[in-house]
Amino acid sequence: MSEDLLLHMKDIVIDGFSDEQWHPIIKGVSLELKRGEVLGLIGESGAGKSTLGLAAMAFGRPGIRLTSGEIWFDGKDLMKISEAERQALRGSRIAYVAQSAAAAFNPAHRLLDQTIEASLAHGVRSAAEAAEDAKSLYAAMDLPDPKNIGFRYPHQVSGGQLQRAMTAMAMSARPDLIIFDEPTTALDVTTQVNVLAAMREAVDRFNTAAIYITHDLAVVAQMADRIKVLRYGEEVEEAETQEMLSNPKEAYTKSLWAVRSIQKPAETSDDYVLEIKNVTAAYGTVPVLHDVSISVPRGKTVAVVGESGSGKSTTARVVTGLLPPKEGAVLFNGTPLPPELKGRSKDQLQRIQMIYQMADTAMNPRHTVREIIGRPVEFYLGLKGRAVDARVSELLHLIELDDSFLDRYPGELSGGQKQRICIARALAAEPEVIICDEVTSALDQVVQEGILKLLMKLQKELGITYIFITHDIATVQAISDEIVVMWMGKVVEQGMKDEIMQPPYPEYTELLLSSVPTMDPGWLKGAVAARKELSIAEQTGEA
Amino acid sequence: MHPILTTVLQRLALGVLTLFFVSVIIFSSIEFLPGDFTEAVLGQTATEETVAAFRRELGLDQPAYVRYFDWIGALAQGDLGTSFSGRASSGIDRSRPVIDLVGPRLENTLFLATMTAIIAVPLALTLGILAALYRGSIFDRGVNAVTLTTIAMPEFLVAYILILFLASLNPIFPSLANINADTPFWERVYKCALPAMTLTLVIVAHMMRMTRAAIINLLASPYIEMARLKGLSPRNVILTHALPNAWAPIANVVAFNLAYLVVGVVVVEVVFVYPGVGQLMVDAVTTRDIPVVQACALIFAATYIVLNLLADIISIVTNPRLLHPR
Repeated sequence: MSEDLLLHMKDIVIDGFSDEQWHPIIKGVSLELKRGEVLGLIGESGAGKSTLGLAAMAFGRPGIRLTSGEIWFDGKDLMKISEAERQALRGSRIAYVAQSAAAAFNPAHRLLDQTIEASLAHGVRSAAEAAEDAKSLYAAMDLPDPKNIGFRYPHQVSGGQLQRAMTAMAMSARPDLIIFDEPTTALDVTTQVNVLAAMREAVDRFNTAAIYITHDLAVVAQMADRIKVLRYGEEVEEAETQEMLSNPKEAYTKSLWAVRSIQKPAETSDDYVLEIKNVTAAYGTVPVLHDVSISVPRGKTVAVVGESGSGKSTTARVVTGLLPPKEGAVLFNGTPLPPELKGRSKDQLQRIQMIYQMADTAMNPRHTVREIIGRPVEFYLGLKGRAVDARVSELLHLIELDDSFLDRYPGELSGGQKQRICIARALAAEPEVIICDEVTSALDQVVQEGILKLLMKLQKELGITYIFITHDIATVQAISDEIVVMWMGKVVEQGMKDEIMQPPYPEYTELLLSSVPTMDPGWLKGAVAARKELSIAEQTGEA
Repeated sequence: MHPILTTVLQRLALGVLTLFFVSVIIFSSIEFLPGDFTEAVLGQTATEETVAAFRRELGLDQPAYVRYFDWIGALAQGDLGTSFSGRASSGIDRSRPVIDLVGPRLENTLFLATMTAIIAVPLALTLGILAALYRGSIFDRGVNAVTLTTIAMPEFLVAYILILFLASLNPIFPSLANINADTPFWERVYKCALPAMTLTLVIVAHMMRMTRAAIINLLASPYIEMARLKGLSPRNVILTHALPNAWAPIANVVAFNLAYLVVGVVVVEVVFVYPGVGQLMVDAVTTRDIPVVQACALIFAATYIVLNLLADIISIVTNPRLLHPR
């Protein structure tokens, strides 16, 4: 074993408990990490990335057990030492940065107390020293007002700031190893850039080793020296970052960024099925949309792009009638729609359907697939009995599933299947327009590709119009005809995909596009430098 | 004005409004009681004239709404009225103001409730926290089994079992808690030992299980996992990370049980011959002594309102989102 080897996990086998028995989740994976080195762990959800990452701390979530293997950390086998000894290592020598900082910070305590907690618990330094150190860490993390931000509660700062504060928290005891578990997945792209840069900088400065877990190959390209690809709890391949990006060996690795390869030629039409005219809307007295006008050509896909808080979903709420606008109108086939849901006829309701981001919560868990899809068939089309069954079965085939799904509950479906059922439910009403609200955001790359292809196929066969709300530029590239860029409740730019995606860009579009990580490992440096020149960066990223 | 103060004032105003509605309900439900005080006192043999005269004396001949507003008007000035009892038709008025009847009894009830709360609340919280910390262990199961058994038994049975073991077989505590205004403080405590223990056994299970559940409910939170991954000890994780977020549900259950200690303990009072408000109210209902019944019912309602208000305030104060708005 070489001198500077920090972590060596050998033939790790981890079981998870489900359906009343133990199943292997990690099937004999080995991993080596030198001091100061960053290893990227990549794979889709369920690949066992997080489980393996936590195992490096000899920690198993409830229902998880480390069955066999060795975890050598700095000369000790973590599998053999006592729980008290492991506890002494966690937080002091090995730290963890979680996916959702908003959930991982305790809402009851101030940031500073949580930041220095591990240092105090392990006696690394005194409270006063740790507090001073935390302030300098906040400054290093580029947090605003580093002297005082620690006295705030988690709900008083933004998601991007929390994520940085969490990196500062992990750094507090100057650990030798940090596990980053999808730390930027929950952030907007423009925020992500800054957080990534701050994390990279911190890791370099203290020569900390890190395991960086993500499903986004472009992100890992910025962070990692080496990349390991996992699938179904087994290693697919491992290589230096450059090597992995330029020359992935396994077909699976290539498929991981498959969605980036879908390209649809953009078309347009002058026949507008839906026109949003000068809509201004507010939640109570808080204005959200300012004079928004969007025209949606029939049978085409309009992508509405922007980060959270830009008013994308509010626009959808106005179109569906959930939020009556203060001013302006929505024209459907040339006729104005009543602003309120109550005022709309059944026919008007039927013509506009929605698909949601979280397929999980958008379906009643106590209803079978038959009931979920059958309900709109009965309600809108007035079919009864056997006719309903026939139609439901037809719809299932349309979304490339078969009749065996009829009597299943949502809990018995995979994420991709659930989203397909939601698509079928929307189709059941035979709509002209479907509003897709971040429908692929919660899905893995490979599954995303399937869903996007299905949506495109359906559009071709049935001539449906999509309004596709997303913050993911890759998805937009893949399926849109027209693009609407929104920022702070206003439409910044609107036009054909090819026009929008070509320079010159308006300032915000430029920022948004330049924030999307690319596979080039040097991208992060360039993006950060470029963004220093853009004055709006801070406002948009942290607003 | 600080948002908390605003909320508290709002809740207080709502509490007064609630109390007003409750007064209407109390008054009208008493109207539905069959018979009235005059019939209860004068008996079946009374002539119609005597009954009518007595009614006139008590004001019972007035229409209901007039009596209601008389009552509520006096109440607003702090006057609970005069008891019916003692005003026999004999002509000599030995009746007493309701406040003199209810006051000492209420004091006794509050004494017993406070004493029980001082024992039961810390005990329940400690047991709940320990049960959460060692959940699934023999300790956890043992505490659950014992507290569930005591809550499942009728109060009087718990009381008699305690009397049997702690008063009859081993005469440690007195079986009667017959205190009066002159009983010195420590003798009161001594005499109230068995009733307080009985009530503790009755209410501890509910609070303890809620504490345990509220904490365990939070243990799956990402911030608890984060605390564990910082290498904090399990005790530290629960006390500094879970408990501060669990106060709201716990406070609600504690408030509910404390209210029960004031309004629901008549059975225990009867067993130990304890002169509390519960017994007074039951007696007053039997004799149709309406002013006393109304006063007791209002006190009970106010107890619930005040304790719930306290629980709400605790929920707000322990929630930084409400305490420190953005």
